Amino acid sequence: MEFFKQTKTINFMGGSKLAIAISIILVLSSYALLFTKGLNFGVDFAGGTIVQVKYENTAPIDAMREQLSGNEMFQGASITEFGSPDEVIIRLKSSSKDVSKDVGDVTREALKGTGDYTIRRVDIVGPKVGDELREKGVMSLLLAMIGILIYVAFRFEWRFAVASIFALVHDVSIALGALALTQIDVNLDVLAALLTILGYSLNDTIIVFDRIREGIVDAKSAVLSEVIDESVTKTLSRTTLTSLTTFFVVLTLFIFGGEIIHSFAFTLLVGVIVGTYSSIFVASPILMWLGFDIRSYHSKLAEKRRRKAEKEKMRAQFEQGTL
Amino acid sequence: MKLNFRFVILIGAIVFGVFFSVPSLLQTEKGAKITLGLDLQGGLHMLLGVKTEEAVKSRMKSIAASVKHYTDHNDILLDTLSANEDEVRFAILDSDDAASIDLMLKDIEGVSVNHSGEDYALTLTPLAVEETKKQSISQAIETIRNRLDQFGLAEPTVARQGTDKILVELPGIKTQEDEQRARELISRAAKLELIAVDEERAMRVYNMSAAEAAQYGDVILPDKERPDEKYLLKEIPILDGGMLTNATVAFDQNNRPVINFALNSEGAQIFGDFTGKNVGKRMAIVLDGQVYSAPVINERIGGGHVQVSGNYTVNEANDLAIALRSGALLAPIYMMEKRSVGPSLGAESIRNSLIALIGGFVLVFIFMIVYYKAAGVIANIALIANLFIILAVMALFGATLTLPGMAGIVLTVGMAVDANVIISERIRELLYEGKSLHKAIEEGYANAMRAILDANITTLIAAVVLYAYGTGAIKGFAITISIGILASMLTAILGTHGIYTLLESKINKSKNPSFWFGISKKRLG
Repeated sequence: MEFFKQTKTINFMGGSKLAIAISIILVLSSYALLFTKGLNFGVDFAGGTIVQVKYENTAPIDAMREQLSGNEMFQGASITEFGSPDEVIIRLKSSSKDVSKDVGDVTREALKGTGDYTIRRVDIVGPKVGDELREKGVMSLLLAMIGILIYVAFRFEWRFAVASIFALVHDVSIALGALALTQIDVNLDVLAALLTILGYSLNDTIIVFDRIREGIVDAKSAVLSEVIDESVTKTLSRTTLTSLTTFFVVLTLFIFGGEIIHSFAFTLLVGVIVGTYSSIFVASPILMWLGFDIRSYHSKLAEKRRRKAEKEKMRAQFEQGTL
Repeated sequence: MKLNFRFVILIGAIVFGVFFSVPSLLQTEKGAKITLGLDLQGGLHMLLGVKTEEAVKSRMKSIAASVKHYTDHNDILLDTLSANEDEVRFAILDSDDAASIDLMLKDIEGVSVNHSGEDYALTLTPLAVEETKKQSISQAIETIRNRLDQFGLAEPTVARQGTDKILVELPGIKTQEDEQRARELISRAAKLELIAVDEERAMRVYNMSAAEAAQYGDVILPDKERPDEKYLLKEIPILDGGMLTNATVAFDQNNRPVINFALNSEGAQIFGDFTGKNVGKRMAIVLDGQVYSAPVINERIGGGHVQVSGNYTVNEANDLAIALRSGALLAPIYMMEKRSVGPSLGAESIRNSLIALIGGFVLVFIFMIVYYKAAGVIANIALIANLFIILAVMALFGATLTLPGMAGIVLTVGMAVDANVIISERIRELLYEGKSLHKAIEEGYANAMRAILDANITTLIAAVVLYAYGTGAIKGFAITISIGILASMLTAILGTHGIYTLLESKINKSKNPSFWFGISKKRLG
């Protein structure tokens, strides 16, 4: 079975202006969403309290609201359905510092008489912890990017590194925009998903770049856009296939993974789509616009080879003792 | 025949993977197993902070107590001995005693003495303050660990996190009652003090403000049973729980539980001295700022054995004895983060992610066979080997499998086939160019290698950074991803190549590349 039967090179770079325009619009509207709506930080990052309650039957949300409103602790609490009608999440902005007294206990007391229920999860995160987690999250994102930048610059060339970072920022920005749009709770899982996107998108970009580098080395034409088109066409079936298999898996996670993994899976779904797109339509054009020049790259490679040969010759001479 | 080292490695890897993942999969008694994270098995996770400044305060108090004991013992008269957060102050009445006082103060570590004439001010050196704070944290960790060990829980974890936080993880806490009891046991200060009642002013205690009491060097503390009842006590205790050596539960003549505790020799000495000199007066037994009893001293009590009665249940008495025995918390602790997951929710999470894992796996499995035929089957063998290796390595490292970790495995399934897709695509290309099957396979692997390495190493860099900077769940995710990448490089690059080598003679004889790599015959032209 084959998906891509064309042997002709597709003119990707011809459409790159349009693609970049779409990307710019997407990224800008993502930032607009981030600044206007903002991210909906969950308790992990914002601090606060979550109590998850599961009822035997449908949760009597109205009765719960009424009962809880009498308690000062639950001032301004939000009570929402979670996944199914018998499960409810109570969110509080505050978090208690007392070790021996607990929101879980208080909730259990307060909900008495509303039906048969169990308290399945209580998460309390103090503001300091939340701040620290957020700092650590941003820090790990930045450090991961720097590490990648160095590796790619070392293995390829600095323009490749810059282009792949652009693609990464593009993907993560759009994923963040999607989170702002849907107002999904941003928790540690979502951070993990964002970091996975980073890894995934990178994986994709590097595979395409590797092919471009190979194309450049063997290229007879000195026109970069032609080489890129040819290389992207060659990797197209692989890119699509891997994206499809990953997409399948993430989709099953999204559908069957349960409510708790929902935000994680959603973020990944967005990431897989955007990541695939960006490795083709964002990373490569940027490489072109950064002024990558095939001829100077060739001469650089030739220089490298010459030096290596010289070194070997010197060593051989040295070993034979005929300096 | 040449030794097919790649195939041997693949078989080795599969044997390794299956062998070491069996204990985790079948939950056998023996063997290294993967620990399930609290989000999957249910339990309690707490991040505690320590109020270290309280430790400094109580250090000042105990310095004051030793000054008092020394001067009492040597008949040195003092004027107003007082202790606050950062200073102990007193004045001697007779300047002849200065030499004796100086000698005693020299023996107290970490104290800098400031005196002008008869007035003394003792402060802790900055180093000693640091040391006290540090010690209060390590002591808190030790104390909490001791208490939990005696509580009888399966595998409590108590560890320092960062410089000033304590991580407590209690897997296997099933009921809210257990959780509450554990939390109370952990947070209990268990600070025991024996304090003299200020008999001169005790009558006025109900008309006295805290500020006025402080003027006399006194504190007002409530009774444990009857909070309306108050006692006027000396601010500087006779001795504190630091001199306690043991605490046990016993029963009094009415068969009610009481706690017996024993003092070390220094404590017994001080206690004996004090009770000898104060016959007929009252002495309060204070625990965590509440007066448990204030008996009248009938005679000198030597030997250092004290009994505390109170109106508690056997469970409470037991927990209290545990807390006293394991030592007081030098500084109170407070909750920074708490996550508790009920066992039913954990089981549900496992079930859901297993469904997703199996579902995703089956989809990818079928897809690969349909698309690549024999090459797809070979890739699937590598994929299964991959899964077993991940489980085995995690079990050997004693890694914790969390919900994001499960997601990491699911994702690895999706990404693990990537290397095989790249290789197969390369081989197909070479076949289109008219290369023989054998040549196409060899060159395909060579061509694909660099891309796979570069892509995996970059992802690995990201995972390592995640591991170094992430917390809990993220760390778990980073571990599974890293192991997954390494395993997939092993199985997909070496393993599948080994299978092709094994089948080499069959492949070479075969005139049917469509069977091996699922390509259409038409395009081969």
